Amino acid sequence: MEFMYKALKKVIWLYANAREKFSPGWITKNSSRIREWELMAYAYSKSPIGVVGGIIVFIVFILSVIGPMISWEPYWEYKIVINESYRYMPPCLPPSCSGNPLLGTDEWGRDVLAMSLYGMRISFVISIVVVLLGAPLGIILGLLAGYKGGLIDEVLMRVTDIFLAFPGLVLAIAFASVLPQRLRGVLEANSALRVFFASLFGLREAEYGQIAALLSIWFAMVIVWWPGYARIVRGSTLSVKEMPFIEAAKLSGLSTWSILFRHLLPNVISPILVMMTFDIATATLFAAALSFLGLGPQEPVPELGFMISKAGQFFPERSSHVVIYLGSLLLFIAIGWNLLGDALRDILDPRTRRAIEYRLEKEKKKRG
Amino acid sequence: MIVFYMDNNLYLPENEILRVEDLVVKFYTYAGVVHAVSGVSFYVKNGEAIALVGETGCGKTVTTRAITRLIESPGRVESGRALFRRPNGVVVDLLKVDPETLREIRGKEIAYIFQDPTSALDPLYTIGFHIHETIAEHSKNIKKKYTFKKAVELLRQALIPNPEVRVKNYPHEMSGGMRQRSVIAISLSNSPRLLIADEPTTNLDVTIQAQILDLLRGLQEQYKMGVILITHNLGIVAEMANRVYVMYAGKIVEEGTTEQIFYNPQHPYTKLLLRAVPDPTKRVEKLESIPGVVPSLINPPLGCRFHPRCPFATTKCASEEPPMIQVENEHRVSCWLFEKS
Repeated sequence: MEFMYKALKKVIWLYANAREKFSPGWITKNSSRIREWELMAYAYSKSPIGVVGGIIVFIVFILSVIGPMISWEPYWEYKIVINESYRYMPPCLPPSCSGNPLLGTDEWGRDVLAMSLYGMRISFVISIVVVLLGAPLGIILGLLAGYKGGLIDEVLMRVTDIFLAFPGLVLAIAFASVLPQRLRGVLEANSALRVFFASLFGLREAEYGQIAALLSIWFAMVIVWWPGYARIVRGSTLSVKEMPFIEAAKLSGLSTWSILFRHLLPNVISPILVMMTFDIATATLFAAALSFLGLGPQEPVPELGFMISKAGQFFPERSSHVVIYLGSLLLFIAIGWNLLGDALRDILDPRTRRAIEYRLEKEKKKRG
Repeated sequence: MIVFYMDNNLYLPENEILRVEDLVVKFYTYAGVVHAVSGVSFYVKNGEAIALVGETGCGKTVTTRAITRLIESPGRVESGRALFRRPNGVVVDLLKVDPETLREIRGKEIAYIFQDPTSALDPLYTIGFHIHETIAEHSKNIKKKYTFKKAVELLRQALIPNPEVRVKNYPHEMSGGMRQRSVIAISLSNSPRLLIADEPTTNLDVTIQAQILDLLRGLQEQYKMGVILITHNLGIVAEMANRVYVMYAGKIVEEGTTEQIFYNPQHPYTKLLLRAVPDPTKRVEKLESIPGVVPSLINPPLGCRFHPRCPFATTKCASEEPPMIQVENEHRVSCWLFEKS
């Protein structure tokens, strides 16, 4: 995986040289930091699964960003209106067949491949935002509970327990069935918000009813997502706060807030980062599961879970290609994030990184 | 503010910076109440170094932690006062000040050097950042450029070679001695009035110990700080301190100037302690020690706490607590042997 190391090193030095240009002497001053980055890049490039995961995540990311723009079929045009034979066309793979959609069509005669590009954008946005909103909430509560202890800890952790004990899916179902009407009203009244969310999900502005459904899934997931983080952060905080450097920070007169965010958080962040990457995969699947159950957007929005559930009605005789393709796509996304998370765990743990550093030095000696 | 403190009758002699009176700290553990510090009083004059000496577990560290309000549950400061003169002349009781004032005092007016330099530094930040943080927390709108320049200056004072490079180093890139010296540099970053050094040389080898002591002494003279030195190494005491407090089982048993303690020790414990220091010029078959063990502080012995191990103990020692008895100018001892009839 030499190419990955070279590429990452190039990126690091590009950044370093840019900083050097603005403030001369930056590289010599920050040589330890650059070395640490290079070491991380090396550790990452040494793990094949990490590189594979990174590539998958990169592909998914690119497709999600540009997907709705390059998609060659609008999702709101139903071809079966013109010709009934477009419904559930089988895949048409090049050597034996040509001219028809590559991976077949769905029940409205739309190209499945084109639809999946819209779907990827939706599930990518939902999963990333759920984790990016849920994790900070849990992290802040966990830090407070762990550091303050006593009554605050007790109250916060019991609330967390309540949320953990409550089945996430049921709570999400409750939210997803109540919220959409209200969100719909909000979106109806506010056109700027409508445009913003429509472009975020890669949908048309006219589908604000469906966007409201997506947002309510989103909201429901954030609500059930934070307790895991709160618990993990509290646990790590409890052990880190006993370290003398926290006491030293207290004795240099730092405020509670700066101790929390400057000394505690950075010391507990690595397991959180790993958990976040894993959770992006879980959130993708969870969102798909919710819309599979019919709680998410409805026609014509090509949400991955919703399309699978629709195709399931004619499974396996007519629609197996849709189910298999979209299912594998979800699997692909989930595996990518999981592999990346696995590699991150090795890189972010200073102990394993030291071992890698040692190996690197040995290799250098061998080369002479 | 000033009126409020004056009303509380906080009087501190003009030449003193800190006066601790009757400090009592107890720990409420499952095994019972630990009487960690029972009625300790001492004072520090401006620009003077005092030493708290005693065996492990005699309450030296707990005393200083109580002054800086670092005692946490299950420990509790039961009574006592710790009067401290702030640079603006106001005298405050450190055990009672509000958290905001305490935060201003900590790190700016009172600095603390920890026993273990390895873990007193956050592994994720450079030495320069530690110094920057300590300065910036106490003076708003300060530029990072300025604090890093100051950091280089401080590190140079702390005898760290090549400070321009070292300021950007992480703790793991330095040796133990250098880390201890950077901890000292950090603690000096706001030119504190009082420096508490909790066994600053315990983890270091002898040559570095000497360097660190020289450094501390030089800096003490330069900054005119009061220093509280906690140690069980009597050599360091002789080197650094102006006055010595000998602690045993949570109490001060003898106090006096360094000369008085070393040349004319009075309390049996101090005498035995001084005899236990090995003389490097003589070959000894068996090292001297004080017979017996430090008593459990959950049920401290009645009367004088040293009487079970004391060769001169009488029946009175086992039943009544000895008062502090003046034997010389500034030299006081807590022992019945010196009672004037």
